[in-house]
Amino acid sequence: MPELIVTRHLGPERASIEAYLASGGYQAAARAFKELTPDQVTEMVEQSGLRGRGGAGFPTGRKWKLTPKREGETRYLVVNADEGEPGTFKDRTLIEGDPHAILEGSLIAAYANGVHHAYIYLRGEFFLGYERLGRALAEAYARGYFGTNILGTGFDLELTIHRGAGAYICGEETALLESLEGRRAFPRQKPPYYPAVRGLYDRPTVLNNAETMAHLPHVVTMGPEAYKAAGPPILYSVSGHVVRPGVKELPIGTSLREIIFEHAGGLRPGRTLKAVYPGGSSSAILLPEHLDVPADFDSLAKIGTMLGSSAIIVMDDTASIPAVIARAVEFYRDESCGKCTPCREGTVWLSQIFERILGGHGRMEDLDLLDGISRNMTGTCFCLLGESVPPSLRASLKYFRDEYVRLIESGGRGAAAAATHAGGVPA
Amino acid sequence: MPRVLTADTLEAIARARARYPRAQSALLPALHAAQAQVGYLPEPAMADVADALGVPVTEVAAVATFYSMFHTEPVGRHVVRVCTNLACHLNGADQVMDRLCDRLGIRPGQTTADGRVSLEVAECLAACEEAPVLLADADRVARVTPEGVDDLVRRLRADA
Repeated sequence: MPELIVTRHLGPERASIEAYLASGGYQAAARAFKELTPDQVTEMVEQSGLRGRGGAGFPTGRKWKLTPKREGETRYLVVNADEGEPGTFKDRTLIEGDPHAILEGSLIAAYANGVHHAYIYLRGEFFLGYERLGRALAEAYARGYFGTNILGTGFDLELTIHRGAGAYICGEETALLESLEGRRAFPRQKPPYYPAVRGLYDRPTVLNNAETMAHLPHVVTMGPEAYKAAGPPILYSVSGHVVRPGVKELPIGTSLREIIFEHAGGLRPGRTLKAVYPGGSSSAILLPEHLDVPADFDSLAKIGTMLGSSAIIVMDDTASIPAVIARAVEFYRDESCGKCTPCREGTVWLSQIFERILGGHGRMEDLDLLDGISRNMTGTCFCLLGESVPPSLRASLKYFRDEYVRLIESGGRGAAAAATHAGGVPA
Repeated sequence: MPRVLTADTLEAIARARARYPRAQSALLPALHAAQAQVGYLPEPAMADVADALGVPVTEVAAVATFYSMFHTEPVGRHVVRVCTNLACHLNGADQVMDRLCDRLGIRPGQTTADGRVSLEVAECLAACEEAPVLLADADRVARVTPEGVDDLVRRLRADA
């Protein structure tokens, strides 16, 4: 078992600044302020191989370099803590279990980018997270880690926790900025609204994921080489039909087989593996034959899926694939912001077809309809929300067509079986 | 003159306002504060928020109706949000929801006749390791069982 770095100290007591300081907390930020220039910090982050943990995996150091640093122009740091991709719970785990790590990472990111105003966009439903992160921030302010002239270095940073109010679309970075500006969360057109150049209030904005922040103190403390040699580490969220679900910190590229069967305790007794989402509900599902693929960005992309938010959802033989995909489609239908037609209409149409199939009134041509609508949504949606629907649906039609066919042929009986299976009750 | 918001709530809104360079950014925090006081967001509360931030009331209403945690109609004293998304679905969330509907005598999106409990479907609550999971007001309940549903309903009903 590799040594834990990012999740070594998780616990309910970690909102207390004493607990965080006792384990060396805020020393990485202090070191950055006193011994390193902002450019040196950026260089370290780039050398470390740290890639953004929000889903896209963009190299963090490069993102910072792309953010223009014009003299006298206000820049912002926005931390995306609006975790909501189904199957993903690593950010919530850090927010509740080590909130100061996210705050210290925010200090480092702000310093490296010459930012003096930062916002953490926190998911509205994270009541416990708000309590703990809020307490951590109040204590950090009281000890002089935020505010003016931090630790006597002359560096200023105001950080505000901004609570969302229930909208999955806010995980999309430009929709998040709209929400932070107090509007409906409709995504913005890219270009020109790349947050790095035209972000919050039209200013250059460094927009990073919450987990990304929690890695930064370790990059500074360990140095980029040692950090990189440790994997670099990432947090996999493992859920579904496994014995020990949870956040598993492992070197990036650990195989799905090792993650599921060694670190998550494998399947329940007597069950066999049916399918896996490797990167949240937006990723195309995989089969048992794919288990030896390293769970990293490039290897998963090569087989037509993605690492995304590294949320591994495991389904054993009790799962009804059409029922699972139908649930995912319903979710995207409900969360579509309604701005663009392919997403707004496509998710509704797909949902209606699934209701028909699961309700026992499916027709064989429905399978072609599902595939056709999915293809027409691919590449035509305004943002990634709509684009998230086709991959798993199309993969399910490819790998589990028989199951759809049986469901349609058996009418009501098939639907009843699907409903039973959907509950995860072993047959 | 404020219509429904108290001095404390307006004070909280002013504090939030000071954290942003533009007033409208404080709209979500302001609506959270207003809803915490009133229980939901009736028109006079939205009008007070509009006045406090200098934002058109139509804009306040547009935002209040976009986000699922804001209620523009009265809701129960308690709000139960049940995750039925993938990991919870795979671990029995549908049975949990059925049991809640049965014990409360309502469907998702409804409130019990006594005004005690509203039931909602939640987005993935990002607690998939605890599936199936629900939020009873601000408290997350992990690995909910049918018996757990009965206890929860009893507790919410008994609360004065």
